[in-house]
Amino acid sequence: MRASGEQVESVAVSDAVAVEQTLAGDREAYRVLVERHSAYVYRLAYRMTGKKEDAEEVVQEAFLRAYQKLRQFAGNANFATWVYRIAANYAIDRLRQRKNEDARRELPPRVVEGEPETDPLALVKDRAPSPEQLAGSVQLAAKMKEALGTLTPAERTAIVMRHWDGCGIEEIAAVLKSNTSAAKNTVFRAVQKLRLALAPFAEPRGAARAVGTES
Amino acid sequence: MKHVTEEELFQYREGDQKGRQAVAAHLQECAECRGELARLEAVFAALDAMPVPDPGEGYGARVWRQIAPRLPEKGPRWWQAFFAPQRLAVAGTLAALVIAAFYLGRISGPGTPVETVNVNQNQVRERVLVVAVGEHLGKSEMVLVELSNTQPASGQKLINIAAAQRRAENLVEENRLYRQTALEGGDKAMVSTLDELERVLLDVANSPDAVTPAQFESIQKRIAEHGILLKVRVVRQELRTAETGGKSQPAQTDSTAKEKNKA
Repeated sequence: MRASGEQVESVAVSDAVAVEQTLAGDREAYRVLVERHSAYVYRLAYRMTGKKEDAEEVVQEAFLRAYQKLRQFAGNANFATWVYRIAANYAIDRLRQRKNEDARRELPPRVVEGEPETDPLALVKDRAPSPEQLAGSVQLAAKMKEALGTLTPAERTAIVMRHWDGCGIEEIAAVLKSNTSAAKNTVFRAVQKLRLALAPFAEPRGAARAVGTES
Repeated sequence: MKHVTEEELFQYREGDQKGRQAVAAHLQECAECRGELARLEAVFAALDAMPVPDPGEGYGARVWRQIAPRLPEKGPRWWQAFFAPQRLAVAGTLAALVIAAFYLGRISGPGTPVETVNVNQNQVRERVLVVAVGEHLGKSEMVLVELSNTQPASGQKLINIAAAQRRAENLVEENRLYRQTALEGGDKAMVSTLDELERVLLDVANSPDAVTPAQFESIQKRIAEHGILLKVRVVRQELRTAETGGKSQPAQTDSTAKEKNKA
């Protein structure tokens, strides 16, 4: 998630300067921050929302909110981390809102465009290629996208922050507004669900044993 | 042989120390569980297979173009920030005191030597600051006391601190103003106290509206760690003394004297 060493320090310093200049009324200084961190926030937003348009909206809203709250930031943490947190908070709200809207309209769960609305497990029982063949394939990526779509907003946020961005459990707990133990469980639940949904793809053929049992 | 659970494998992969050695020892012996771990790894490998579309070279510039018209036309200049709603109360207090000072200056009558007038003006200015900062510290103390004394009910999952958070947000603005003034006046002790107070107020202001008992405890711990409540009380007491010109000092209570000694 974060680059290391001297580079981080120099970026952080110039971020801090840009924040101070923005607070002093120099709006162009904020442009530097937006241009520097947009792509990074976009990656998080895309992984959380799974849609390009939604991701772009999250990025814009995150930077708008960060601008409005810049006085509260006041160099307390790394600007990138701070705007990341704002984006994660906004994205989780958007996901929840979307789920509620879908539930109200009684829509079936979202599926990837162009793909049949069939249970992926049933689809691939007999004709699944080996994991090696699928590794890195478009099909696996599409299945993963679909599997991520079945997670709750909290589970999706937790796995994105933990796996891709290497966030600590406390950081995840803060975004989920829960405690660390609950946040850890949320990550685990997400992994379990993904594993189930991807079982035919991400596991060798043959029934997996029930874990925790005796053999 | 009892195999490890999926959760134990997950925690092992996460680097959790609890029961780590036992899981590692079991994995050494059990090919089946090693297979399970490999299957778990495959899920993470599959996660990595999901690409993120490249937003393009000039994405940052594009975002800027989209949000720039929605940002306020001009940045928050100092005078705009000064007259922000949350600061109006401070400004009002200052204005009232300055007018009072001016009036007192008028009725002190003509013929007052210039030097005496200047000395009086400085004293009045100082007193204005003393009164305003005293009030600010009083309000800050109330927020900190409220947070320190709140005890979450057993089983309570979330504690709503939205009210304290809003007040802390407003106090942060005021605090900066007074810290700046104290800095210009060369009052290092006051700067240091206001600086510490600002950090604690920021912590509260930046917290979510509702926090878990653990997060709440961490806020309380931060307040206690800094000893800020004590410092605020001591400085407030000193300001009260200064406010009365040191002539009619209120009797120091035992607790105040002890607090001062501790600080």
